[in-house]
Amino acid sequence: MLQPVFEYTKGMNRVVTNFCPGCTHGLSHRLITETLDEMGMLGKTIGCGPIGCAVMAHKFMNVDMCECAHGRAPAVASGVKRVHPDNLVFTYQGDGDLASIGTAEIIHAAARGENITTFFVNNAIYGMTGGQMTPTTLVGQKATTAQAGRITDLAGFPMRVSELISTLDGAVYVERVALNSPGNVNKAKKAVQKAFDVQQKKLGFSFVEFVSTCPTNWGLSPIAAMDFLKEQMLPFYPLGVFKSPEGETK
Amino acid sequence: MSKKVLMKGNEAFSEAAIRGGCRYYFGYPITPQNEVPEYMSRELPKRGGYFIQAESEISAVNMAYGAGAAGGRVFITSSSPGIALMQEGFSFLCSAEVPTVILNVARGGPGIGTIQPSQADYFQATRGGGNGDYMIPVFAPSSIQEGVDLVYEAMELSDKWQNPIYILTDGILGQMMEPVVLPDQVPFVDSKDIRKHKPWAITGYGDDDSKKNVVKSLRLAAEELEKHIQSLFAKYEKAEKELVRVETIDIEDADVVIVAFGTMARIAKEAIELLAEQNIKAGLLRPISLRPFPYEAFNKISNRTKVIISAELSMGQMMQDVKLGVNNRFPIKLLNRTGGMIPTPLEIAERTKKIFEEIGG
Repeated sequence: MLQPVFEYTKGMNRVVTNFCPGCTHGLSHRLITETLDEMGMLGKTIGCGPIGCAVMAHKFMNVDMCECAHGRAPAVASGVKRVHPDNLVFTYQGDGDLASIGTAEIIHAAARGENITTFFVNNAIYGMTGGQMTPTTLVGQKATTAQAGRITDLAGFPMRVSELISTLDGAVYVERVALNSPGNVNKAKKAVQKAFDVQQKKLGFSFVEFVSTCPTNWGLSPIAAMDFLKEQMLPFYPLGVFKSPEGETK
Repeated sequence: MSKKVLMKGNEAFSEAAIRGGCRYYFGYPITPQNEVPEYMSRELPKRGGYFIQAESEISAVNMAYGAGAAGGRVFITSSSPGIALMQEGFSFLCSAEVPTVILNVARGGPGIGTIQPSQADYFQATRGGGNGDYMIPVFAPSSIQEGVDLVYEAMELSDKWQNPIYILTDGILGQMMEPVVLPDQVPFVDSKDIRKHKPWAITGYGDDDSKKNVVKSLRLAAEELEKHIQSLFAKYEKAEKELVRVETIDIEDADVVIVAFGTMARIAKEAIELLAEQNIKAGLLRPISLRPFPYEAFNKISNRTKVIISAELSMGQMMQDVKLGVNNRFPIKLLNRTGGMIPTPLEIAERTKKIFEEIGG
């Protein structure tokens, strides 16, 4: 008798996503929902989605969810969590959503020590609106609003959000992971597990940054996009645990 | 029902919200509504509720959206410029059909303006500054007791219509003290029981994922969005029929009818007595619901009336609605102060008399 060695997770609905070939949103969606499935928490979780390419995350993730106005998911999640303190509550946000328009909400949710988890998809570009510069766009990286590449005289410097969040006392677990290799994806899964574990233990705010790709708006093939992630993004956005309940590690 | 107690408006409105079953409040400091977040921060935690001091009015309304979407009874308050910031959220609340009770303790504008009372948020409240086709019922109390009763009832109405309900007051009602009778406490709903009352809420679906809920406002397909808006407006039409409220005094037999709401109506009531001493019969038409506006009440004004006066603490924002109600039957004159200035009953009486005489009454 044949035994299945790989199965769909109940955490993902069996529908076609709107994501481009080579985009890592599918991976991060799966890591989150597969973890919730393994924890037996799908029915006890509430997700707060972003504006951007993942605005329809609620179609793909098999948990109760709401859409949020651009950048406001951490405030929305703070409200949700007051009503359902025993559920897992997470936000899923990109770098335009979280690091630009939503900086006040993410900083203060972390500072309050909201017992929620934020998943931050950092692909250094606005995807849905067509490739504009974000606060995490690298110096020299081309964008439709930085056509010669990001010039610091005009557009300032990229932000390292995990490092920023880790300075706040209310944030208890902060890790940056990347989705460019099987090894890194496995580490990302562990980070997701840890973040939800921290929330379940009611320890405070947990934050996982996925260094991600956007082949379409980077103008690269999926494989070249993975190379860009590794060669250009990781030197500026180093991977690792910035803070954990067991003590800061980076 | 409590015995009569002497309370400041802002505190009485806060207590009314809690007694109406509000378990979740999110606020940000702004004068003249600061007693509300202060009261809520003190009272809610000890009574089993939750308070968050938000980092901005934008966050406060989004916290309300989250707690409301999760099935909680929610109250948010601010004053004029803060309400302006919340309006993006009002549009989302309406589209996603999330109940929330909103209180504006209004101040003078535009801009930072002043902390003195004003009615210049009439357009902001009744027309809305958020994007898209939406409608929020607006009630304007003219005493603290009426404000208490409206906030309390709004908690129920908001759940019933799955829509925000907006109470428009001003710095006078927020800051003054009056004796009030407080209504009985509506018990808080336990989080575990929310789905029984609100089957649409995001609570976690439990063991049966066919019960998965999504609270949303995105409808990319134009056909789908049009259909959604039409269904919202079918709901609004029913709500408007049920929610229209007005107080009238002697409008069937008046020389002059003053139309005024909230604080201005209160001052106008005293002015009417002063006018009677001078043999001018003035009536009052006081809209309690500003949206839906009580247009039909104007039909009761008799043909002997010479002039309608729109008495407002703004540059005449309500006059647009007064014109629709009057429907060209009478001349309409504006009697106003603005920028935080408040007329005395004597000023209203004298200006009314002058208008009446000029019109040839």
